[in-house]
Amino acid sequence: MQPIKTISSCTVVMPATNIDTDQIIPGRFLTTTTKQGLGEQLFADWRYDSSGKPIPDFILNTAAAKGCRVLVAGRNFGCGSSREHAPWALLDYGFQAVISTEIADIFRNNSLKNGLLPIVIDAEPHSWLLANPGAKVTIDLESNTLCLPNGKHVTFNIEAFARYCLLNGVDELGFLLQQDAAITAYEARTLRT
Amino acid sequence: MFEKVWEAHEVVPETAETPAVLYIDLHLTHEVTSPQAFAELESRGLKLRRTDLTLATLDHSTPTRTEQVFGGVPISIDSAAKQVAQLERNAKAFDMELLGLQHELRGIVHIIGPELGVTQPGKTIVCGDSHTSTHGAFGALAFGIGTTEVGHVFATQCVLQRKPKTFAIDVINRLPTGVTAKDLILAIIGQVGVSGGTGHVLEYRGAAITALSMEERMTICNMSIEAGARSGMIAPDQTTYDYLRDKPRAPKGDAWLAAVERWSTLPTDAGAAFSKSVEIDAAALEPMVTYGTNPGMVAPVSGSVPMRSGDPVFDKALAYMGLRAGEPIADVPVNVVFVGSCTNGRLSDLRQAAKVLKGHKVAKGVHMLIVPGSQQVKKAAEAEGLHRIFIDAGADWRESGCSMCLGMNGDTVPKGQYSVSTSNRNFEGRQGIGARTLLASPETAAASAIRGRVTDPRQLLS
Repeated sequence: MQPIKTISSCTVVMPATNIDTDQIIPGRFLTTTTKQGLGEQLFADWRYDSSGKPIPDFILNTAAAKGCRVLVAGRNFGCGSSREHAPWALLDYGFQAVISTEIADIFRNNSLKNGLLPIVIDAEPHSWLLANPGAKVTIDLESNTLCLPNGKHVTFNIEAFARYCLLNGVDELGFLLQQDAAITAYEARTLRT
Repeated sequence: MFEKVWEAHEVVPETAETPAVLYIDLHLTHEVTSPQAFAELESRGLKLRRTDLTLATLDHSTPTRTEQVFGGVPISIDSAAKQVAQLERNAKAFDMELLGLQHELRGIVHIIGPELGVTQPGKTIVCGDSHTSTHGAFGALAFGIGTTEVGHVFATQCVLQRKPKTFAIDVINRLPTGVTAKDLILAIIGQVGVSGGTGHVLEYRGAAITALSMEERMTICNMSIEAGARSGMIAPDQTTYDYLRDKPRAPKGDAWLAAVERWSTLPTDAGAAFSKSVEIDAAALEPMVTYGTNPGMVAPVSGSVPMRSGDPVFDKALAYMGLRAGEPIADVPVNVVFVGSCTNGRLSDLRQAAKVLKGHKVAKGVHMLIVPGSQQVKKAAEAEGLHRIFIDAGADWRESGCSMCLGMNGDTVPKGQYSVSTSNRNFEGRQGIGARTLLASPETAAASAIRGRVTDPRQLLS
C-alpha cells in the first residue's frame, strides 16, 4: 500500500444520515471476485435510472463533484453489511477520505485497511462542511488535522496502529505474520493444536 | 462475560500503539466475501493456518430453485455461478472443508454453525458477514469482519482488534403471548437507535431473555449490528447446554462435562460495570413492523407512521416507502411476503408461520416465498409436514439460502412493491431495486400474507 500523508481536495456533500453499505454498493454487484471496477456501481441506485442513464441532479453526476476526492456525509455513514466492496467502490471511484460525525465500525475498519481515510469530527465543523459543498480542504494525517478554507483547524482521531500503517505504507497482515511465535505459543498454551 | 472471553483470547494484549492480537476459535466463510482474501493468500504464497477451525459454505448468491441446486439446470446468474465455482476451487486448493451446493448440511452460515454444534459458549467466532453477531446467543464473542480481515484469519488465525466497550440491554418481565423475539429486537433497535451500539458489545439479559429458546436468542443477537453493535451476547445457561448437547460436533462424554463446567464460569459477575445500559419492559410490547428505510424506523402494528416535521431524511424515507405520516401501519397493502434469512429462517420460525397459515390461503395477488435457513431445517420442516401447509396455502417453498433477504441470487421484490419480510434490513433497494420492505416476525408475515395487508397475527391466532 502507498503511504498516505496529506489529501487536499474539494468536497462532495451527501447530507443524508445513516447511508448504508447497500446504498454505497447494492448487493446485486457483490458476485464479483475481484476488487476492481466497482467505482462504476458506486451509489448505483441513486446515480442511475432504471435504463442505466445517469440521474442529472444526483451529486456525483454534477460538474461540481468532478475530481473531488473527499466525501462529506451525514451521521452514521457506512452502517449495515460488512462488505469491503463499499470502501473498494469508493476508492475505485476516486474518493480518498470520508468525513462524518459518526462512521459505522466495520466500514471504518475496512476503510483503514484499504487506505480510505474515515475522518470523524464534531458536529460544528461538520455542519460547516455540509453547508459549504465543494469547499477545498486539506487532511493532514501526520498532525491529525483537517484544515478548512476558513482557516479553522479541526483535529480528528484515527486508531494509532492503523494511522502508523497508513503513514508508512505498512500492511497489517505483514505485522500479524511477524507474531507467529506468539500465536504458536498461544496455541500450545490453550491446547488449540 | 465479554471481558472473560476477550481476555482468554488475547495472544498479545493491546497497547497505546497496537491493537490486541486476538485468537479466533472458529472462522466461518462463504462465497461472497472470501475470493479476494484467497487471491491475497495466493499472491503471497501463504497457506490457511488452521483448516480445522475454518468452515465454508455457499449461501448468499446460491439459487433457491430446486432444479438449479439439484436438477442440473445451470445457476441463472452467470457471475453467481462463477463465484460458487471460485469457492469450490479455493476450498480444494487450500484444503478447507466446504459444505457445497448439494451438501445435506449446507445452509446460511449463521444457521449451520449452531446446527452443527461448532458454535459454542466462550468461543471467538468471525465471518465475513455482519450478522455473525448471531452466534453471540451462545455466549460466544462473534463479530463480522471485512475481506482483508478474512485474509488475516486465514493466514494467522488472528485479528487485530481494539477492545470494544460494553452495553447492557436489560429486558425486564416477559413477552406477552403473540409477541416474539423479532418484535423484541425491533423494539430494542427502535429505542437504542441504529448507531446507539457503535463501538460496543451488547449483552442482552433479564427475565425476558432467559425465558427465550436458543433459536429466539439467535434472532435477538442476529440484529445487534442493526443497532450499530458488531456483537451481542447472551449468557449461556441450561437452555444453551440442552440445545448443544446432541449436536453432531459438540463435545461428547467427559469432554462435554468439562466444557459445561468451563462454560458455566462465563456469565457476567454480579455487579460488573458496563459502559452503558438501557432497560426495556417486555410486557409492554406488541408485534412490531418497520415503516421506513432503516430498522430503527419501527412502530407497533396497532400504531401509525409517526409525524416528524422538518426532517428531510425522514421525509425521503417515507417518500421511498410511499407512506404518509399518520397512516395506520395496519393499512399498508402487501404484495410480497418473505419468510427466511439468518434472522428468522430456523425451524421454530417456520413452525410459527405454519401455525398462522394452517387452513388459510395466501391472499390473491400476494407472492409468499418461504426459504428455510438450511437444508437440515428444510428436512426437519418437511418431516413434520410444514411444507404441506405452506404449499396448500399457496406459498412458494424453496431450497435454503439467503435468498430475498438481499436479493443477490435473483430472488427479488419488484420495484415499488411492498414486502413484509422476516429478514433484518429494510434499506432502500435491499430486496430489489425500488423494493419497499417492512420487517416483521414470521407470525406477522404469515398473517399479512393471508389478509393481503399488514396484520396483527394475534387476530388470527386467538
